Amino acid sequence: MDFGLSEDQLLLEKTVRTFLADRVSIERVRELREKDCPNDRSIWSDMAELGLTGVLVPEAQGGSELGLLDAALIAQSLGHAVTPSPFLASAVMAPIALLASGGSKASQWLGGIASGDLVFGVAVTELFSVRENAGVERREGKLHGKAMMSIDACGADFLLVAVDAETLCVVRGDAAGLAITRLKTIDATRCTAELVFEGVTPEAVFEHAGATIARMLDAGRIALAADVLGACESMIEQAVAYSLQRTQFDRVIGSFQAVKHMCSEMIAELEPARSLLWYAAHSFDAQPDEAPLMACHVLAHLSEIGREIASVATQVHGGIGWTDEQNLHFWFKRIGNARHLLGGPEYLRDRAAELQGFSG
Amino acid sequence: MDLEFDVRYDEFRKEVRDFVANHRPPQNFGLSDGNSADRVAWLKLQIEHGYWARTIPKEYGGYGAEPDLLETVIMDEEFNKAGVTRGMMAQGPSMLVPTLLSHGTEEQKKKWIGPTLRGEVIWCQGYSEPGSGSDLASLQTRATEDGDDFIINGQKIWTSTADKAHMCFILVRTEPDAKKHEGISYILMPMDTPGIEVQPLRTMSGDIGENSFNQVFLTDVRVPKANVVGKRGEGWKIANTTLKHERSSLNANAEGTLMRLARLMNDEKVNGVRAMASPVYRDRLMKLQARALSMKFHGMRMLTCTLKGESPGVAGLIVKLQNCQLNFDMAALAIDVMGELGALYDHSKYERERGFWQAHSIFSLGLIIGGGTAQIQKNIIAERGLGMPREPKPAQA
Repeated sequence: MDFGLSEDQLLLEKTVRTFLADRVSIERVRELREKDCPNDRSIWSDMAELGLTGVLVPEAQGGSELGLLDAALIAQSLGHAVTPSPFLASAVMAPIALLASGGSKASQWLGGIASGDLVFGVAVTELFSVRENAGVERREGKLHGKAMMSIDACGADFLLVAVDAETLCVVRGDAAGLAITRLKTIDATRCTAELVFEGVTPEAVFEHAGATIARMLDAGRIALAADVLGACESMIEQAVAYSLQRTQFDRVIGSFQAVKHMCSEMIAELEPARSLLWYAAHSFDAQPDEAPLMACHVLAHLSEIGREIASVATQVHGGIGWTDEQNLHFWFKRIGNARHLLGGPEYLRDRAAELQGFSG
Repeated sequence: MDLEFDVRYDEFRKEVRDFVANHRPPQNFGLSDGNSADRVAWLKLQIEHGYWARTIPKEYGGYGAEPDLLETVIMDEEFNKAGVTRGMMAQGPSMLVPTLLSHGTEEQKKKWIGPTLRGEVIWCQGYSEPGSGSDLASLQTRATEDGDDFIINGQKIWTSTADKAHMCFILVRTEPDAKKHEGISYILMPMDTPGIEVQPLRTMSGDIGENSFNQVFLTDVRVPKANVVGKRGEGWKIANTTLKHERSSLNANAEGTLMRLARLMNDEKVNGVRAMASPVYRDRLMKLQARALSMKFHGMRMLTCTLKGESPGVAGLIVKLQNCQLNFDMAALAIDVMGELGALYDHSKYERERGFWQAHSIFSLGLIIGGGTAQIQKNIIAERGLGMPREPKPAQA
């Protein structure tokens, strides 16, 4: 009985961090931002080799069949290193949906995710936020309409498209009638795109899939919260390190109480959020009844403290933090983009209240 | 992460639930009733069942069980649910007992731990002085040697329950020539010793409840040298372990308070509409719930570290800072929900919940300052947790 990470989990975290430090330096991230889409297949293949893409895939399909807490630790490390990767859609959300859906095709796709041969994108935004009249309809078996801010869709082999809260379709990335356009955000390390469907025939349709879609969203929210946590962690580390090196008024600025208190406040917010994240991820597998509420709370909470930490950590750096050269903005923008990717904090809190019967 | 509730825990939970359902705490449980026989009987009963002093060794008057996180969580949950205080929230059990367990002699442990746990001996803490608050190590209360005794002279302030206490664990300067952190000793002082004068210190709470403060004046107070805990001059180090216990014991039941706030919002109506129906109040409640849940799970994480004997590092240093502010913020929402009636106090007509939320607000503000102010906490977090340097001393003119 204990509340904490296991030896295996600590080792996993260390392995991923060592790998990322080695293979995805900030210079590499700077190169990738110049591409049409930052999701680089070679990083994905390397991650597959390490067993990371199949973290949630059953052993029978070549995965390592671990839990969401393990996946969250990987997501956290990716956020820590601002690594561009389709991990959120392909390694977390898609496996949860495919596992729940079952069938031989799903099993094949899961194998492809674990081996690193397949990348999945997900289109779920319209489940919680419809803008610009977006939305996808299924008429006579074909998909019409558009989905906005889809995650990891550029260059994906398959897309999971939520038509409504009960229906999930799998579509080929190169399907006839489908146009994928990257929607550039402030965040150069994450792929978001618009999908336009003009009579697209899906590869598979999962009907009465409300519970599956809900589980996929919960898992995505927890993993995204982990990504934000990792990014915050790195920003605090960078702020403290900079404050111990930068001298003004004949002292390192980290010896001024004003600066120390900024750093203390950041870590004081971060550590309890880490505890909440551990529990939320643990509950997804061990206490599934609690997971929807925990998923809403953990992402809303990380979005709030994430915005504050991103701002304060930049301020600790002073003017240099605001430059492109200092690189800090990669973290600031990753946190900023994540805020509304799977439901913004206001939406998530409203949902959290509803889940508990706290309503009008 | 292993939070499995196996059958053994189900049985344990049932036992605890039956206990709180069938045993109510005595009315005069509080410290203001002095050495109440009812209080002692109630605490003894809890120790017999292992719901209080559970992991304290038997030879010192505890129950002697192996530490187990889940059992602790279950006891807290069931006692909280039933609205029954587990054990006794007082400085003796929460601060002195852990200090004696780490630093006391065998004789001191045998003499004091049992009676303290049973509520037979009430303690107060003699730390702060009028001139030594945040800079506690500058304290000036002196203890001079006289044969086998120390003679103590000085003044202490913010001494909770000094008017009811039998004993005081006090910090005094025994080595005036040593550096300020190295000249302090930790002494157990009987409060009935001649030369001790206790004066109440009225606070902004209007002294509702038991949160009374005092000033303690010490004139030629004679205490045996055998009452020193640890070695002479090591008091500062020992006090820091005690303060650590104080700061982690300020881990109030945030989740319980949050649910109480939710009940208030379901009941309280303005313009005929329940507060819970207002998206504005509801959003604030959900923000607080995320923080309360964070602190709950953080508490479980800290408890795990304690039970395993691991240091939680910086994660352990932030608990007091975050919990105190969270409690203040929960009270603030409750007061806002009650609107213009939220300021009612002191049994006024229309007052809600007997003034609980204003009292909670003021009490929480006291805790933000007491036991090391929020700003001192932030210094500690930065220096000990993040490795940032101390503020340099100003150059001598």
